[in-house]
Amino acid sequence: MIDSSPQPVQLLSLDGERMPRPDFDPWVADLDGPALLALYRDMVVVRRIDTEATALQRQGELGLWPPLLGQEAAQVGSARALRDDDFVFPSYRENAVAYCRGVEVTDIVKVWRGNAQSGWDPYTVNVATPAIIIGAQTLHATGWALGAVRDEVDSVAITYFGDGATSQGDVHEAMVFAASFQAPVVFFCQNNHWAISEPVGVQAHRNIADRAPGFGIPSLRIDGNDVLAVMAATRIALDRARTGGGPTFIEAVTYRMGPHTTADDPTRYRDPAELAEWKTRDPLLRLHRLLTRLGEITPEVEAATQAQADAAAAELRAGCIGMPDPEPLSVFDHVYATPNATLERQRTDYAGYLTSFGSSDQPGEGR
Amino acid sequence: MIKVFALPDLGEGLTESEIVAWLVAPGDEVTLNQHIADVETAKAVVELPSPFAGVVRVLHQPAGVVVHVGEPIVSFDIGGSAEPGSAEPGSALPADADADVQADAPAPAEQREANLVGYGPAVERSGHPQRRARSGGAALAAETRPTDPVAAVSAGERPRSTPPVRALARDLGIDLATVTGTGRDGLITRDDVRAHSTQSVPATAPHGAAEPSGVPPTASATPASTSIGPAAAVAGLDAAARETRSPIKSLRKLTAAAMVQSAFTAPHVTEFLTIDVTPTVELLDSLRADRNFTDAGIGILAVVAKALCLAVGRTPSVNTRWDEPAGEIVQFNYVNLGIAAATPRGLLVPNIVDAERLDLRGLADALAELTTAARAGTTTPAALSGGTITITNIGVFGIDAGTPIINPGEAAILAMGAIRSQPWEYRGQVALRKVLTLSLSFDHRLVDGEQGSRFLADIGTILANPARVLTMI
Repeated sequence: MIDSSPQPVQLLSLDGERMPRPDFDPWVADLDGPALLALYRDMVVVRRIDTEATALQRQGELGLWPPLLGQEAAQVGSARALRDDDFVFPSYRENAVAYCRGVEVTDIVKVWRGNAQSGWDPYTVNVATPAIIIGAQTLHATGWALGAVRDEVDSVAITYFGDGATSQGDVHEAMVFAASFQAPVVFFCQNNHWAISEPVGVQAHRNIADRAPGFGIPSLRIDGNDVLAVMAATRIALDRARTGGGPTFIEAVTYRMGPHTTADDPTRYRDPAELAEWKTRDPLLRLHRLLTRLGEITPEVEAATQAQADAAAAELRAGCIGMPDPEPLSVFDHVYATPNATLERQRTDYAGYLTSFGSSDQPGEGR
Repeated sequence: MIKVFALPDLGEGLTESEIVAWLVAPGDEVTLNQHIADVETAKAVVELPSPFAGVVRVLHQPAGVVVHVGEPIVSFDIGGSAEPGSAEPGSALPADADADVQADAPAPAEQREANLVGYGPAVERSGHPQRRARSGGAALAAETRPTDPVAAVSAGERPRSTPPVRALARDLGIDLATVTGTGRDGLITRDDVRAHSTQSVPATAPHGAAEPSGVPPTASATPASTSIGPAAAVAGLDAAARETRSPIKSLRKLTAAAMVQSAFTAPHVTEFLTIDVTPTVELLDSLRADRNFTDAGIGILAVVAKALCLAVGRTPSVNTRWDEPAGEIVQFNYVNLGIAAATPRGLLVPNIVDAERLDLRGLADALAELTTAARAGTTTPAALSGGTITITNIGVFGIDAGTPIINPGEAAILAMGAIRSQPWEYRGQVALRKVLTLSLSFDHRLVDGEQGSRFLADIGTILANPARVLTMI
């Protein structure tokens, strides 16, 4: 692969040393010790949630789970840069973003347990439910952003997708429209190096960030395992969008340390040395080192953070296992925003079918 | 309180998995999410985290066994007498006896096609999953079929019925495999289930509640499940006495498929050549004595590999592939040299990429690396694909010659035998010489006798007289 642009922007070295960068520094100047510690807590908690969900899948409690291990900084750093009225259009891996936006941990796993068609009400947290179709959410984001312009508000849409999604037509269409109408949307690409088993080099002979300027969209290529660089870049992009500057493309260079999903075995296609190398760039490790330098890490802080993470994991487990099965007729809810005659007829027919089992032995119980 | 854990679907739409290893034993105390077993699916080897904290009571399945999704694999004593809170973990079955019933219930997953995401071994899907003899469901079916031919459905298939009828049967605790269908094409109707239910209730002494709509736990008292225990135990004993049956799986299955494909599509010709390799043995001795090569570990296999690469250059047709779908012969202008390796898991053929570019020391290093990885089980998938020609060293087993089967997708395989001290003609007299037999199988679609013979003769010439290399390069 030809390395056509400079190294990704980094504000935090692997040793946790703050690296000066005049164009980015002002955007994270407000992050004092406690603010950095809050980001660290988020990252520890989401990693713990992610690990627990993986275990729940292995125990038959979830049908599938897409781990985000290694991508905590990219997700937490960008999500924490958003305003409440901004709107997130995620893929299926942005569970840390959902957590930061206030989605209940139990709601995060609802879909993966096969318990609901979608896990939460998008409008209460301004996060759309995960798009499984690769790249489809980028179009939704551009559309939403065009709507924000018409509403004359300065809210911004941010859409998350992976390196593999950049090969999808949807993503390109979304960028064309975003550029044409200068829509306030941030294209946040987490280049985690692997589209299931395809290495990024197969579909990107140049850096992914280099594609956006072709659409007339400025792009930033940042170290996605550096939470400060992520937050600064996202803030720059959000500010540009809010002030009429149009879309921005961010390529956060990170690494999927786990499998694509729990149904995948990366050891079949990935060199173990590559994973070992990326472990040294672990986003949590780096922030921990900075906080240690700043004197923010004490045994009490460590214990409290761990306790918070364990509590979140316990809440997730209890909520997942104790989740009541949905009522069979609820499948008809939330299909259309307005009443629909065909759907009503189907609901009536299905209700009749259900009563054919008698009242005592409903077929929906158990699994 | 005992909790039974049944094998979940660890991928998407998988019906079975193999327990590779248990990391705990009965009596062990485990914590929640403690890694208790390694389980191999068609897609991955995964670590199984314990779903409970407590003491392991029973391992229902030994390591090395293929288990169907939904079958109990381990029971835990989690202490206390009742479940805290009303929520029942879905995959945890209430008690041992019920577990059997649940496992017998026709799991929908059994009928599902494996839905592989992105990639996966196609071989795993060929053929119907084999059900082990000691599984309750199979034992029942075997018991029922001879006495009740009307109910007979083709082996492994779920009895025909409709969802409401299946729900009714489940509620009544009836295994549909034991019910005779009177509907069209043997369809089991609601009445069939009810009739079967009234038949079996009187036969069951300890049936407390007369209400047939009781919850599944009463099913433990039906004749269906009581008959499972003894039958399974007897089957286990018999099997141990005279013969052992093990499922065809994993590497054995893949090897078999590859061998069948090769043996029945490529017309094999095998030629033998026995040569005096004393000069090569002397060369190796002199290399060992040379301080520049002492630590290189160059052996006879490396020399054979080098000779093969040189001979390929003179007879390129042995380094080709028959591409039937494309109607083309693919000529490889490089040598990815496969080395058949016996590993603890079975036969693997990793290859040395671009072997023709390596010198003798390079080949020796590559061989050492490749065999170490194969034995340690760390061979990468990349190393197992893309081979163009193969060597199999049967000499290490003390064998002289054989008719090796070509690795599918290649044109030739060379077997090297053991080096033996034998009386041999030498300078007009009989002398004790180091003698070796080479066996070459080639695909006659790609290689004629002339080319195959020349190729084998070239390798023999180099081994018999290494200096002759000078005439070939």
